[in-house]
Amino acid sequence: MSKQVKQLDRVIIRFAGDSGDGMQLTGDRFTQESATFGNDLATLPNFPAEIRAPQGTLPGVSSFQVHFADHDILTPGDAPDVLVAMNPAALRANLGDLPKGATIIVDTHDFTARNLAKAGYATSPLEDDSLNDYAVHPVDLTGMTVAAVKEYGLSRKDAARAKNMFALGLLSWMYGRPTEGTIGFLSRRFAKVPDIRDANVTAFKSGWNFGETTEAFAVSYEIKPAPMPTGTYRNITGNLALAYGLVAGSVQSGLPLFLGSYPITPASDILHELSKHKGFGVTTFQAEDEIAGIGSAIGASFAGHLGVTTTSGPGVSLKSEAMGLAVITELPLVVVDVQRGGPSTGLPTKTEQADLLQAMFGRNGEAPLPIVAAQSPADCFDAAVEAVRIAVTYRTPVMLLSDGYLANGSEPWRVPEVTGAGSELPAIDPDFATEKNHHDGEVSEFWPFLRDEETLARPWAIPGTPGLEHRIGGIEKGDGHGNISYDPANHEFMVRTRAAKIAGIANSIPPLEVDDPGAGTPHAAKVLVLGWGSTYGPIGAAVRLARRAGHRVAQAHLRHLNPFPANLGEVLAGYDTVLVPEMNLGQLSMLLRATYLIDVVGFNQVNGMPIKAAGLAETISELAKATDSDTEGAAR
Amino acid sequence: MSAQPSVDLPFPGLSGVPTADGAQSGRDYTSDQEVRWCPGCGDYAVLKAVQSFLPELGLRRENIVFVSGIGCSSRFPYYLDTYGMHSIHGRAPSIATGIATAREDLSVWVVTGDGDALSIGGNHLIHALRRNVNMTILLFNNRIYGLTKGQYSPTSEPGKITKSTPLGSVDHPFNPVSLALGAEATFVARTIDSDRKHLTGVLSAAAAHRGTALVEIYQNCPIFNDGAFDALKSPDTKADAIIPLTAGQPITFGAPLVADEPEGLRAKAVVRDPSTGGVRVVATAEVEADQILVHDPSAEDPSTAFALSRLTDTGYLNQSPIGIFRQVARPTYDDQARQQIRTAQGDAGGTGGGIGADPQTRLAALISGGDTWQVVG
Repeated sequence: MSKQVKQLDRVIIRFAGDSGDGMQLTGDRFTQESATFGNDLATLPNFPAEIRAPQGTLPGVSSFQVHFADHDILTPGDAPDVLVAMNPAALRANLGDLPKGATIIVDTHDFTARNLAKAGYATSPLEDDSLNDYAVHPVDLTGMTVAAVKEYGLSRKDAARAKNMFALGLLSWMYGRPTEGTIGFLSRRFAKVPDIRDANVTAFKSGWNFGETTEAFAVSYEIKPAPMPTGTYRNITGNLALAYGLVAGSVQSGLPLFLGSYPITPASDILHELSKHKGFGVTTFQAEDEIAGIGSAIGASFAGHLGVTTTSGPGVSLKSEAMGLAVITELPLVVVDVQRGGPSTGLPTKTEQADLLQAMFGRNGEAPLPIVAAQSPADCFDAAVEAVRIAVTYRTPVMLLSDGYLANGSEPWRVPEVTGAGSELPAIDPDFATEKNHHDGEVSEFWPFLRDEETLARPWAIPGTPGLEHRIGGIEKGDGHGNISYDPANHEFMVRTRAAKIAGIANSIPPLEVDDPGAGTPHAAKVLVLGWGSTYGPIGAAVRLARRAGHRVAQAHLRHLNPFPANLGEVLAGYDTVLVPEMNLGQLSMLLRATYLIDVVGFNQVNGMPIKAAGLAETISELAKATDSDTEGAAR
Repeated sequence: MSAQPSVDLPFPGLSGVPTADGAQSGRDYTSDQEVRWCPGCGDYAVLKAVQSFLPELGLRRENIVFVSGIGCSSRFPYYLDTYGMHSIHGRAPSIATGIATAREDLSVWVVTGDGDALSIGGNHLIHALRRNVNMTILLFNNRIYGLTKGQYSPTSEPGKITKSTPLGSVDHPFNPVSLALGAEATFVARTIDSDRKHLTGVLSAAAAHRGTALVEIYQNCPIFNDGAFDALKSPDTKADAIIPLTAGQPITFGAPLVADEPEGLRAKAVVRDPSTGGVRVVATAEVEADQILVHDPSAEDPSTAFALSRLTDTGYLNQSPIGIFRQVARPTYDDQARQQIRTAQGDAGGTGGGIGADPQTRLAALISGGDTWQVVG
């Protein structure tokens, strides 16, 4: 009997299990299959900070959500349509996020009295009425996996470990995912342990076959590929894209990349990735602490390399003094902050945007530096290249802000052209000083703080350049010659000049573009939703929902937080209401109010998770409704 | 003082650094900046010694970098006409690590003090030493905080009365040489600001060393800790205060054992102490000549060097070993890091050949790696 195939335009699946159940891998494979198939997608891994929290408990639940569609999508989705729960704790921890009618596939094997108790269930939810609102499929995934892989003679424990692949096989059947990629992946990953390899491949195929033959699942689904611009695509996480962007910045500038870094969640994967790329001349130095990470990067920059340090908020706190040194010595440096929940240790594996004001002001003295923020996982590549461009061109440390959601989340990425005349990358010229630049009669000298008139950047003379020997340091320098100066007027001049240099970067960045379908017509929006960083996806999705509901809404997103694009003030003045959604208590709002003396409305959430589009759409609609009616009033 | 460390010129520690075309003088290394230490400061003597020593290295001036932290001694780079960075408190070793790792062709020096290196920057110091990054660290030890006007430092003697310890410090001090040896530093030496000849000899050996060389320089602060090293400097007491360490020589000090043989053994000798595993001082006359410890800085095991470092007084310095405690070869962090890159670039031999494709083409291959798919129009 051939089963019914139903067309869907989008699905959100959440795989949830114990930390050791391999849910991240399962989700990742499903994502790869969906990407290869051509769906647009977005993912949200969510895992505890503990490496192995106590088995079967709520704190130990790890999950991976993937949203895939036949059209372009912006977020991993608010609420899963399908939950795959590998144990009672995974069910209990995720049930609250499910809408009524959602499909739940449960591995019944772990629904023992002991595990139910660990999850806080007095009775099994599979046997009472508590799941009546959902389409529940109880399946003994573990039992069937063990039976399927019997022939490989694994221990029961090892055999049971392949249950995630059984689940993946089942879901792959349900949604018509291609399987070759996963089989190839398993064959490579377990090439050295044939028993494990064969067991995993068999479990994966058995899961598929189970779906096709069992009567428990009557329907499979088809989600057609999404139309996308032509090109080569791959799925990519934010941390990987950011690492590639740094390599690209190094290639474009011709400067060897030097990463000084101390491991910290969720930034460590950038260190791991860059350590693989020594072939590009990349040096990765795992320092003794955060301070040595940035210190070594500053040293490398002084020596003519592209100095980079990667960290999260707690590390930025430790690096502040050294960032001030990079500000006053005016050396190129990229400081990557993959933000996480704070303060202090906070929520290491969760996301937040609460380091913006730290990036902006978290140093002693007047120590301005440019801030660039990535807006989606793939966008981390472009943001990193932009940070390198600014750092090298303007001889300044640059803060590059990512966050936990971008770092671990993924989406399809159209791989840019990086060779030849069609290269999509900017030219980055280190323009090292090679000649003395100050001439007074017979005497020629090198003045390390004699600035470029246009950019106010100082010359970068690297050791080994004859005749340009000079000393720089943390003490205030005299304008031009750069010798120590305690002169009051000079200090004031240097403070203002450093500020003017950073402000002048606005001349090199494109004006802020506003997306308003009604712009230039009588139906122009009066509400602007303005965001920065990883809220791009949720804001875009929410704006679409509001527009679909008939409201006029404009949307804009900031790549540069310091300096702001030159036209931002003008843009803000063009709207009655500016809504600023942030995963903090209003940090961009504060900057906007202070800079432009206009009020903005905050939409603020700090729960460690991305903003959900539906809730934001309601707020947008409420605000738009008010101005929609204003417009009508004016029209009468 | 007779002890003179032996040096193998021309500085294998600096191989890779380009050499100067012609002869240089101390003037070449003197910057146009006015030196602003207090009159009588020991830093002047060290600066003079370094300025007159650097020409001996025969390196191109532009390939020398001095990095310092914060403190009186950390003004040092401003007075040398080389590349330099006066950085932030305690962090100079980390900055120098970046410079030395990035550039094989630079001679990297760190100038630091007892507060900078051992208090706020203690972590960076020990990690530089264990990694064995190719740099020379000059640790000016005046046993006091000078720039902040006279608080006790991590090398001050217990009980020291200062502005911040009116009833006497209750801190136990670091012995910088013991600390460095504990961190398994490959080159550890101690010298004195006022002994130009010894200081220069130690600097030569440190420069010749490939790896992190730590040189502790006893340096007098005439304002806040004047006389801290008088016992080691006064003609009346120095023979009994300084235990000279000379490779291959029996370690003896004090008055000549035989009055008319000033170059012979001295009245006091260092011997092994089986009861502690350490060393102790005995009357030379009371032991057989072959019981006297012969100094061997090249010993792989740092235990004896450590034992010798313990002969340093913890309180006021009436006795201290001076010279090179340890001088052993171990692969450096920066050489190995660069070798990994050369190997990855297919140029393990360092000849400049290697991966053929241009960087853009390799970048294109990198970013389009993994599972890709095509969307066609």
